Amino acid sequence: MICFMIEVKDIKKLAELSRLQMTETEMADFAEEFDSILNYVAQVKNVVGELGERTAGELRNVMRGDDKPNVRGAKTEVLTQEFPTREGNYLKVKKIL
Amino acid sequence: MIDLKKLTIKKAHEDLKSGKYTAVDLTKAYLENIEKKDGDIHAYLEVYEDCLERAKVVDRRIKNGEMTALMGIPLSIKDNILFEGHIASASSKILENYRATYDATIITKLKAEGAVIIGRTNMDEFAMGGSTENSAFGPTKNPHDLSRVPGGSSGGAAASVASEMALGAIGTDTGGSVRQPASFCGVVALKPTYGAISRYGLMAMGSSLDQVGPIAKTVTDVEILFRALQGPDKYDATTISYVVNDLPEKTKLRIGIPREFLKTEGIDSEVLKNFEEALQKFRLLGYEIKDVEMPNLPYALSAYYILMPAEVSSNLARFDGIKYGLHKDGQNVVEDYFLSRRAGFGQEVRRRILLGTYVLSAGYYDSYYNKAVALRELITTEYKNAFEEVDIIVTPTSPIPAFKLGEKSNNPLEMYLADIFTVPVNIAGVPGLSIPSGFKEMDGKKLPLGIQLVSAHQKEEILFRAGKDFLEEN
Repeated sequence: MICFMIEVKDIKKLAELSRLQMTETEMADFAEEFDSILNYVAQVKNVVGELGERTAGELRNVMRGDDKPNVRGAKTEVLTQEFPTREGNYLKVKKIL
Repeated sequence: MIDLKKLTIKKAHEDLKSGKYTAVDLTKAYLENIEKKDGDIHAYLEVYEDCLERAKVVDRRIKNGEMTALMGIPLSIKDNILFEGHIASASSKILENYRATYDATIITKLKAEGAVIIGRTNMDEFAMGGSTENSAFGPTKNPHDLSRVPGGSSGGAAASVASEMALGAIGTDTGGSVRQPASFCGVVALKPTYGAISRYGLMAMGSSLDQVGPIAKTVTDVEILFRALQGPDKYDATTISYVVNDLPEKTKLRIGIPREFLKTEGIDSEVLKNFEEALQKFRLLGYEIKDVEMPNLPYALSAYYILMPAEVSSNLARFDGIKYGLHKDGQNVVEDYFLSRRAGFGQEVRRRILLGTYVLSAGYYDSYYNKAVALRELITTEYKNAFEEVDIIVTPTSPIPAFKLGEKSNNPLEMYLADIFTVPVNIAGVPGLSIPSGFKEMDGKKLPLGIQLVSAHQKEEILFRAGKDFLEEN
């Protein structure tokens, strides 16, 4: 069996990529759990029979016309009410640059 | 006084139709029961204040001569389904105060049918888990033994039906999330064919696996719910159009057993014994039983724990605390993301987001994600081949009966292994029905066991027939 060694620095990198703040202890715990989980799921390599090339399956596009929109403004209030911070009908966010 | 213990959707429908009682009476009876029992069980996150009002409207509709199979029937919905104007939190802190801004298609259908939606049920956060312990708002208890879990992720849904706090429940199933809790709680649940029921207005977890699933006390009731919800939806491009007919009376059905798969380590001996007894019952009912070769089924779980986290990490990227949901203030926008997601997501959700990010990362994509996708095709083909020889594949629903609260919370892999029999069904997109098959006695309590019947795509009628035969309905 292949033994993965997930280190705390790997978890740190993943946490940064997925925008998750984590403490050192949490990252150490995750590193340990990931070893056992990844070793388990690595069984995908032990399958019986030939694995085909990755295929797209029976996928097809399902299109619909971009028509009959909501009446303008009909949903504005319910949607803006969910904004954590708003100014009038605008969503207020911090300066980007 | 309405006897809720013996009541089914079918029976209540007849009573409402003949005017034996009203939708308001029935809703009140369930509300009283919730009042009495839910303090201990905690199946509900919220009982909707307006449900009696809505029952009154339904009574007026009935008075005006309207009637449908679900009119006046009190149902619960899982907390990841959008019901306009009501909170839908997916049992997560990040959506604790989020109010749905529109109706899911299934809600629109239930409203048209005149069902009375009485509340939203507890679940594992964003449907990630098999015990309902991952809810940010405390676990649900198993009505058969309060020291045990009800299963998950639709644990509140199954518990609400098992303890007469709803006549039926709408849950969701990504890897067994309606079937496993139904099995733990002694009720019936269906994970329909992928695409059978619209997911518009449902919070996505693993989009290639998620399906809406009804839970009820009988197969007949589950079928009624399924028929009301099924059908194509222009707002969900994955929905498909097909008709589920009744099977002709004399159809002889063949059952296949994937024998090798049942040798998987960690299956409770009583579960296996009960399973063999169930097969014997099917034999006596005239079903033909034979073994089928499905050598890759044991690997489905590995593929699942690659594909599902990959999809989770993408689907949950939308929760950033900016446009809705929990917001935590940092020094800049990026820090806002980090802090909001930190405060909003529980441990299992974070674990799966990181796992998904890992298996999709450039260095590991080929060895995990691509392999899992290819394996998925292989498993789907195995089902297709098996269904040329037999009509139904039967296994236990879960390798173990309901476990103790806290028993598996510190070992994620062990928790994942409890999904071994249900996951392959989502991987292949075929329908699966869990029905009660008996009990295991433990600590003086009777813990329900269940078996899972699986048929080919779009062949739900076979499952309904076999399930009704087994439970001696009709």
